[in-house]
Amino acid sequence: MSDTGVPIPAKGTTAPPLGRFATRLFATLFLFWLLLNGSLSPATLLSGVVVAGVIAFFFSRNLSFLSGFNLTPKGIGAGLMFIGYFLKELVKANLALAKLVVTPSLPLSPAIVKVRTRLTHPVGRLLLANAITLTPGTLTTEIQGEYLYIHWVVAKDTEIDAATQEIVAGFEQYLEVMYG
Amino acid sequence: MSFSGPLDTLGALVLLTGALFLALGGLGLVRMPDVFNRIQAGTKATTLGTLLVLIGAALIMPGWAIKLLLIMLFLMFTNPLSSQVLARAAHRSGAPMAPQTQVDRLDEDAEELA
Repeated sequence: MSDTGVPIPAKGTTAPPLGRFATRLFATLFLFWLLLNGSLSPATLLSGVVVAGVIAFFFSRNLSFLSGFNLTPKGIGAGLMFIGYFLKELVKANLALAKLVVTPSLPLSPAIVKVRTRLTHPVGRLLLANAITLTPGTLTTEIQGEYLYIHWVVAKDTEIDAATQEIVAGFEQYLEVMYG
Repeated sequence: MSFSGPLDTLGALVLLTGALFLALGGLGLVRMPDVFNRIQAGTKATTLGTLLVLIGAALIMPGWAIKLLLIMLFLMFTNPLSSQVLARAAHRSGAPMAPQTQVDRLDEDAEELA
């Protein structure tokens, strides 16, 4: 790209320009503000603009909800599939746990297993960790680089590859497209 | 305001189901043997239970739907986060684990993580 030898920050791909970053953050915050208030009166709009503006100004360098999201039809489609898959798993998790809790013998076989994720984006990893915590008997305990340490109530497999396949693969297939 | 329409009935049923999950989560808290399993019981059941209670409320009071939806969204982001931080803190401070625990990979790797 440049022959001056000075490293130039990559554009668009890894770090979008600060202005666009702040605009996205502002839009997200303002939308939440409107939804929360459920009114379009001048006072609401004005205070929303001020508060969202101040936050966007001071936090534009930090991670936002949408940063890194692959805003293409494919990415959005994967996002919707992810939500559907997640809700299904959430219900399954609760039924499994409810059954476990009311079983008199309490058949636990807990373990903390180590799994590996292929996701590189921090928000992608955050969503993965959260999704894992909310679904079948698994609780993210620690994240270190590409490894997640997961407490599992009824551990089916304690080896890294099998556990990764069992816990991570389902969510990862969607998150990979969303934060690819 | 009357509680007779089909939406009200459906809302009441959904509310009741949510309350049932919350009750089971409470039972889980009492029955589970160690802190990690208790967090598991607490996180999952309370998330789905609270979501169902909010959905039930939205069915009974449709005017609140958007606000309730926002609360659900925040809940789904913050609930697992707080559980993860609690679990990590418990592990770092050496909370005892249930005797039937099979392996603890986090403990095995504790040296290189420190």
